[in-house]
Amino acid sequence: MIHLENVHKAFANGHAALAGVDLEIARGEVFGIIGRSGAGKSTLVRLLNGLERPTAGKVEIDGIALDGLSGEGLRALRRRVGMIFQNFGLLGSRTIFDNVALPLRIAGADKARIAARVPELLARVGLADHRAKYPAQLSGGQKQRVGIARALATDPDILLCDEATSALDPETTRSILALLGDLNRELGLTIVLITHEMEVVRQVCDRVAVLHAGRVVEAGSVADVFLRPRAAETRALIDEDGEDARPLAFDGPLARLTLQGDAVLQPVLTRIARETGTDFVILDGRIGRLRDASFGQLTLGLSGGNTEAALAALRQHGEVAA
Amino acid sequence: MSGWFANVDWSEIGQACLDTLAMLGGSLLLTLALGLPLGVLLFLTSPGQVWQNRVVSGGLALAVNLLRSVPFIILLIVMIPLTVLLAGTSLGVAGAIPPLVVGAAPFFARLVETALREVDRNTIEAVQAMGATTRDLVFRALLPEALPGILAGATVTAIALVSFTAMAGAVGAGGLGDLAIRFGYQRFQTDVMLVTVALLLVLVQLLQMAGDRLVRHFTRR
Ligand SMILES: Nc1ncnc2c1ncn2[C@@H]1O[C@H](COP(=O)(O)OP(=O)(O)O)[C@@H](O)[C@H]1O
Ligand SMILES: [Mg+2]
Repeated sequence: MIHLENVHKAFANGHAALAGVDLEIARGEVFGIIGRSGAGKSTLVRLLNGLERPTAGKVEIDGIALDGLSGEGLRALRRRVGMIFQNFGLLGSRTIFDNVALPLRIAGADKARIAARVPELLARVGLADHRAKYPAQLSGGQKQRVGIARALATDPDILLCDEATSALDPETTRSILALLGDLNRELGLTIVLITHEMEVVRQVCDRVAVLHAGRVVEAGSVADVFLRPRAAETRALIDEDGEDARPLAFDGPLARLTLQGDAVLQPVLTRIARETGTDFVILDGRIGRLRDASFGQLTLGLSGGNTEAALAALRQHGEVAA
Repeated sequence: MSGWFANVDWSEIGQACLDTLAMLGGSLLLTLALGLPLGVLLFLTSPGQVWQNRVVSGGLALAVNLLRSVPFIILLIVMIPLTVLLAGTSLGVAGAIPPLVVGAAPFFARLVETALREVDRNTIEAVQAMGATTRDLVFRALLPEALPGILAGATVTAIALVSFTAMAGAVGAGGLGDLAIRFGYQRFQTDVMLVTVALLLVLVQLLQMAGDRLVRHFTRR
């Protein structure tokens, strides 16, 4: 649905923000783009609704090339692509109702349609009681909900999120991400989500691309990229996410076990310990969820018993790297 | 009372008040009407905005700065031929309005531009991302968002115009400033000077209060 081919973007000052980006985003997926500040994420996402023009390369949405669009063609595309922002971008001088109505008014909707549609949108984001308030009277999370309702007003197929949760506390972030996940499932909305936080990608994305210095250094399913990172930049992002990435020293054979799906809930270690007489020391571990799937990743020290047999048994339940 | 203000001709003061109010009202209306679009144009053509254009924005900025750097008293004099062309006379209330507008509109335009610059970048982008035309952007987002700042700018401009009208009085425009100069200054009638200054002060105070009230009314935070 979204297709980027060898996209370059250099700013007037000569700075190359994007240096050859290829990307393919499918209809109905939640696609994350993660990278450090300055990596080019905002520039990339702004290409998708023509807020920014590439200096070279191709940007297509549903087969429509964006560089051929201007005037009414570009405005029509923008009505199909909603966008939300880190600082919300609400109009402080307008009520919540009028903020959400604005895209409809711009699209030329009549009064009756606006009067019907806006309450529907506000109810969808859980703000039905706040229509007469002004943005300054809302919390950050509520403001972003208004932003989402506004972005959805013209029934877009695609929602672009530029650091949409970066100004929010962790709990509010989770609730906004849960809302985005629901919208993706219920409306089949394609979501492109820019973030510098691994946690955001883990909670809501299906696939992810890692952007570094204007290039995609790694892309794939969140499970692949998160559990089996290949690029050094990805590993660094994941490591920063945990508290202390330095491995504990252990005198003996080591195994890094990755479990996904049902295996996470099985008593794998104790069973193998009983059967092989090998004891396990857990040196490092993460257990949790990637969007809706569970995962576990443990670094184990093996001690005593038949360690070869224990390793073989571990391999039957998940991936093992030494 | 009459012993204290022996030189004061109250009917003349009354006429001067009306003249000052007429000059202020007429020039303020025209200043706002010309300065607002000029300020919007200054903003839209500046770097990073929808109509960014170095030549237009540089040219406008130069013209605005030129008019702002000419002392008003000089502007009054050099504009006389143009004033006669526009108003039919260079004297009286009508003759004062063209130079007042030319002096104040660039000033107000800059204040409008500054107010527009305060509008959050994300808000402008959000409205563009909705598929807004530039016209939508200006009328549905920029002007409503910048309204308190624009009203504050209009207040400052109105007060500047009060002191401009007093100066215009010096070259035959009439009004309170004219009285202050002719009687209060040139004939040492201190009582006339005091009365006119007090009236100008009241006018400035009223303008400031009305402006502040409007700004507060349209500020939503
Ligand atoms: N309008 C601009 N002019 C010049 N440089 C810019 C502009 N916008 C962004 N940049 C630069 O491009 C790089 C990428 O910016 P951005 O896409 O905002 O990164 P991110 O969103 O990943 O933090 C940064 O180095 C930034 O300074
Ligand atoms: Mg950014």
